[in-house]
Amino acid sequence: MRAAFGASKGLLPPILLGVFSLAIWQAAVVWFNIKPFIVPSPLSIGAQFSENFATVWSNSMVTGLNSLLGLLLGLVIGVCLALIAAMVRAIDELSAAVVAAAMVIPIVALAPVLYGMFSAAEQTARILVAALAVFVPVYVNTLKGLRQVKPVHRDLMRALAAGTWETTRIVTLPTALPFLFTGLRIASSLAVIAAVIAEYFGGPIGGLGKAITTAASQSNYPLAWAYVLGSIILGLLFYLASMGLEKLVLKGNSSR
Amino acid sequence: MTAIENRVPAAQASDTRNQTGETMTQPLTGERESQSTGGSDAVVVRDVGKIFTTKKGATVTALENIDLTVAAGEFVSLIGPSGCGKSTLMRLIADLDTPTSGTLTVFGKTAKQARLDQEYGIAFQQAGLLPWRTVRANIELPLELHGFSKAARTARSRELLLLVGLGDFADNYPDQLSGGMQQRVAIARSLAESPNLLLMDEPFGALDEMTREHMQAELAHICAETQAAVVFVTHSIPEAVFLADRVVVMSPRPGRIQAVVDVKLGAGERTDDLREDDQFFASVSEVREHLHGTHATGVRGVENR
Repeated sequence: MRAAFGASKGLLPPILLGVFSLAIWQAAVVWFNIKPFIVPSPLSIGAQFSENFATVWSNSMVTGLNSLLGLLLGLVIGVCLALIAAMVRAIDELSAAVVAAAMVIPIVALAPVLYGMFSAAEQTARILVAALAVFVPVYVNTLKGLRQVKPVHRDLMRALAAGTWETTRIVTLPTALPFLFTGLRIASSLAVIAAVIAEYFGGPIGGLGKAITTAASQSNYPLAWAYVLGSIILGLLFYLASMGLEKLVLKGNSSR
Repeated sequence: MTAIENRVPAAQASDTRNQTGETMTQPLTGERESQSTGGSDAVVVRDVGKIFTTKKGATVTALENIDLTVAAGEFVSLIGPSGCGKSTLMRLIADLDTPTSGTLTVFGKTAKQARLDQEYGIAFQQAGLLPWRTVRANIELPLELHGFSKAARTARSRELLLLVGLGDFADNYPDQLSGGMQQRVAIARSLAESPNLLLMDEPFGALDEMTREHMQAELAHICAETQAAVVFVTHSIPEAVFLADRVVVMSPRPGRIQAVVDVKLGAGERTDDLREDDQFFASVSEVREHLHGTHATGVRGVENR
């Protein structure tokens, strides 16, 4: 966690390791004359990536937008439901089973069903798959965070005659925030993964998942790998963005 | 630890000062059977009991037949072994719990009304500061909740920070402060709205002896200035005697008032010199005898095991 944002000293070893692995990979492909449909060389993937940068970029934008909308939707629903569950014990007990079920369902497997429910020509199903994948970690972590309020803080707010909303705003939410961000950090890359895989199951043209399957079916493996590289970068961006947001919001909240 | 350099007069009306001055000069009687429930008494507890019911349905009698009157401006310590219900009694006064039987009034109002009207300030054993707020923002929390203007909040928090000797730490976060400093912030927070009643539940319980004595002297000084009534829960005999006008000794299972000891340390401000005073030692012994039951008063049966 620290390495990604830390000083260049902390950044150097992983970069060296990465470059070293790529060099070994390249050397192995050349020396053993490995065919591209098994594993293409990093250089040919890189060449395809830069040659087709415009299409990688436009497909990334489609998948990125789906992931972002799904992330926001799942985040809002997850946080709201966690708030309600924290306040109303009955809802917590009722929802526990549903959430447990949502955790074991392979959510991307819902994609074909959702394409049927909504139009297969629209992005809706993909957004919903991403949202569902995001909802679970956000809900579970936020609800746990909302339960961490210390008894002394609860007593204090009662002694100060604070209302429910004031207590929530001043004590409960700030207490839950680090937990919410843990959930968001897990969810951010999940959103991209879910959005990419949902594209494998159908839906309109456009998006990295669609592009990977299309390139692979045309036996253009280096290009397929270039799209994979694109989705890795997209997932990484989502992860780093959520981590940056966490750092920004929790600044000064150093007690944990 | 720095001593208080700038002594800020509390924003108390001068008539409160006179009123309590008179009360202080009157000889204090043992049980203080004041029947008045008017506004002159800070806290009136009449025949209060508290029974807790556990999840399995078993009942625990935490308090039984509690009668206690705390006059305005009076400092009362509650002392007793753990489990004697002294904290429970304080929580009842603060309306953090409700009594099972009996009546309880704070400045002539019900405990709930007194809480809603913010008649008291409270400090707990844990400082209970919000770690994501600066020291200043923590002290201003009660003022913020009750709609004081930004200017008024800033002025009051500056005053309180000087009072507790933390003028240089306004923009620090609580975890950058020592335990004693955090507790001082909590006390400053409890004083934010100049309450006429302070409720303190072992506020120095987690501090080392040296810091503790220092804090006691500072609290005595603050109380002399603000003229607030104080209900102070502790399990330290010297602490109870040093601070209080009266020490209420409680016995456990069920929690009852075993004895009330008047501490006659003079009307002046309590300073560290009093710790060497003969009267101080006499009161400490008296409280200890009541606690250990060697000097049975015949009021209650003594547990012999």
